[in-house]
Amino acid sequence: MDIELRGICKRFGPVQANQDIDLEIRAGEVLGLLGENGAGKSTLMNILSGLYSPDTGDIVIDGKPTIFNGPGDSIAAGIGMVHQHFMLVPVFSVVENVILGVEPTTGADYLDLDAARAQVQAINTDYGMQVPTDALIETLPVGIQQRVEILKVLFRSADVLILDEPTAVLTPQEVEEFFTIVRSLRDAGKAIVFITHKLHEILEIADRVSVLRQGRVVGTGQPDSFSEADLAELMVGRPVSFSVERSAARTGEAVLSLTDISLVDQTQEVSLEAVGLTVRAGEVVGIAGVQGNGQTELVEIITGLATASAGSVEFGGADITRASVRARHSLGIAHIPEDRHKSGMVGNFTVAENIVLNSYYDSSVTNGVQIDWQRVRRRAARACVNYDVRTPSVQLAAGSLSGGNQQKMVVARELERDVKLIVASQPTRGVDVGSIEYIHKQLIDCRDRGNAVLIVSSELDEILDLSDRIYVMFEGRIAAEFDNSERQADRGAIGLAMAGVAEGGAA
Amino acid sequence: MSETTRSTDTTMSAEMKSLLAPTVDSGSSWRDLFLLPLAALLLAMLIGALIMIATSVAPATILESFVAMARGSLGSMHALSETVTAAIPLVLSGLGIGLAFRAGLFNIGAEGQMVVGGLATAIASFAITGLPIWIHLPLALLIGLSVGALYAAIAGILKAATGAHEVISTIMLNLISFRLLDYVLRQPVIQKEGRSDPISKAVLETAELPRLLAFIDGNLRLHAGLFIMLLAVAVVYWLLFRSKLGFAFRISGENPGAARYAGINAGMTVVLAMAIAGALAGLAGATQISGVLGRATPGFTAGIGFDAIAVALLGRSHPVGILLAGLLFGALEAGGRQMQVDAGVSIDLIGIIQALIIIFVAAPLLVRRIFPPLFRERSGKETADD
Repeated sequence: MDIELRGICKRFGPVQANQDIDLEIRAGEVLGLLGENGAGKSTLMNILSGLYSPDTGDIVIDGKPTIFNGPGDSIAAGIGMVHQHFMLVPVFSVVENVILGVEPTTGADYLDLDAARAQVQAINTDYGMQVPTDALIETLPVGIQQRVEILKVLFRSADVLILDEPTAVLTPQEVEEFFTIVRSLRDAGKAIVFITHKLHEILEIADRVSVLRQGRVVGTGQPDSFSEADLAELMVGRPVSFSVERSAARTGEAVLSLTDISLVDQTQEVSLEAVGLTVRAGEVVGIAGVQGNGQTELVEIITGLATASAGSVEFGGADITRASVRARHSLGIAHIPEDRHKSGMVGNFTVAENIVLNSYYDSSVTNGVQIDWQRVRRRAARACVNYDVRTPSVQLAAGSLSGGNQQKMVVARELERDVKLIVASQPTRGVDVGSIEYIHKQLIDCRDRGNAVLIVSSELDEILDLSDRIYVMFEGRIAAEFDNSERQADRGAIGLAMAGVAEGGAA
Repeated sequence: MSETTRSTDTTMSAEMKSLLAPTVDSGSSWRDLFLLPLAALLLAMLIGALIMIATSVAPATILESFVAMARGSLGSMHALSETVTAAIPLVLSGLGIGLAFRAGLFNIGAEGQMVVGGLATAIASFAITGLPIWIHLPLALLIGLSVGALYAAIAGILKAATGAHEVISTIMLNLISFRLLDYVLRQPVIQKEGRSDPISKAVLETAELPRLLAFIDGNLRLHAGLFIMLLAVAVVYWLLFRSKLGFAFRISGENPGAARYAGINAGMTVVLAMAIAGALAGLAGATQISGVLGRATPGFTAGIGFDAIAVALLGRSHPVGILLAGLLFGALEAGGRQMQVDAGVSIDLIGIIQALIIIFVAAPLLVRRIFPPLFRERSGKETADD
């Protein structure tokens, strides 16, 4: 099935989300769709899946102009969407999840689970997906859950699959397996739209690539006619220095040391086990790992949000194992939290209020029990200028800024003051390429000023780019450590450690 | 890019100056605070009229009843006095509920906090004797305020220590306070001499809030609680938007994760916010006793603590909004009484109109649809997400 989008325009109030978009999706081909946040990818895909109708323009399926009056029409036309966030029922089995909503029944309206299982199994083997059809979702690793999502759309006889940032949750090895599946889908004649912001993936998997910027298609072509730099420039609209410039580290004394840290919760669930690590002044230490292997808990223990069940945390030679969040803050620990919406900022507050979110009680912005908003606003304005936060005013609600500017605001808040250690958790999640570049540069600048930097990220590229030393976490433990001072760390070896197959047999 | 030249404390670039400019959307918050409730009131009265037609009230009577409502709430010195008098406890309790709401707490317990606060004030107002008014009155009010604060703090402590939801615990504390009131009012030291029904001794003159307009007419009930109300509006405004504590409240209410990240003690915040909310509700009960009623009787709070939830909601938990909403509800209360007298329409209609206002305020989109020209967005604030 071929789909052609012709001159699609979609406007939300003053925002032109899509402008004259022409796009061809062909059977037996992987179309890579590249674009920053806010470039219009989501709007376009929502039009394709029937959630929005375009203001002008046509969706032409196999030569026939078609109008979708809702998601049902789109599914009926054979378009299936695999969302970035899975929509699965954890306590249902794979088969039950796949058939949910389109259950095959026997005559008397009884659920025909056997027929369903056979059908699902057939799809499963056709594309080499190796999904255990009777396992409960909650027992399956993320990579397999994603395949269940694909099974779901295939079960609904989709001929066009839209994959939204599918590799965000996968280890490098899982990505390879995933690509194999995508290729077998393509070879079976399916049309695939692969949405991502990772350029090297586009170059590896896509047969054709279209780049979106500010609601328009700014480039389409064969991937081999582009370099990563070309694609990045198309996406951002200006040349992007792709990998971070990083001179040799001038490493000083240990700033942060963790010794034998363990964390056991009330239900005896062990989330950290005997973790030891050191971060020295003037170096960037990266923590790699698939999300959910103890990184969040580790950061909480370092920043004071959680207290270790055993072990000790030392900062600048002093024991801070039991110090409060505020004590650590004033000692010079900056924390860029992993999810700005959940904890890093308050969307309804102004930029100025957000700049003092965790220092509003400090005597530098207060008169006794009262906050001096005049001083806060001045500090915020200075932070916005210094850290390239683009906002018309510091009195604007932070929630109305773009994701990149929100994150730069958080970075500005944490780096604007005198710090010794920066704990940056997913520092560039959901941020456009231009801002990623900027934030990375700020973190390296921090290192070069002699601060210790700890970066936790599930994006291996980010870790490899920035870190002088890399720890890999797996199931609450440090599975491996790599020297990366000369960018020599081996991607494959790190990937294996992330998957629990560590060097030296410590699995 | 010019990030290499970091601006310092002393210099202030033009770029920084422009960032300090206030935003242009103050117009939209003005619309939210004034126009929306006004439009809601209009719609509510319209539907109120339809309900009257449905219950076969003659159209002439409907018109008459609305005229009576306007006269009874705004039409005379007496009407204005009644409107403001009714607004005082509504605003005070509403401020408490709004403040708790800003901290992420749903305080359903204002009624109970008014009961215990008012009762404590009543007792202090007749049991303590021989003090001059300038000591006795503030003391009696302060006792009511403190008891209200302590009573509400129970719900706060329960939440902080055990996670018990404040909606449940404040509802239970309401029930306890009603029975406690009945019990206390029958105690010989409290009960009025020679009465068999539960009623407290009368408040001493030295603990009465002075009537402000008595020099014009002895029947004008407006009392000095007016100043307490205005002061409370100012204090709550300062607390929420100027003080460190209020900022911590607001962070906790908007985003508990961010509060935790900022090192704010969640338990302490819950207890303090509940205590301050209870202090305001207790003060509402206290002014009602020493300004209007002069004694405690069963049910003396008359559901004001519940109406105040609506006031806080209508006022969008903003002190000024709550003041305006309280005055509106006070006017409906005073106007409703006149309506009953003049047009013979049941005062229950006022309850219906109040409820409809809340429904329309809770559904701002609906009101915006009905009155599009009033709420047309001028700036380009809407984003692609809408």
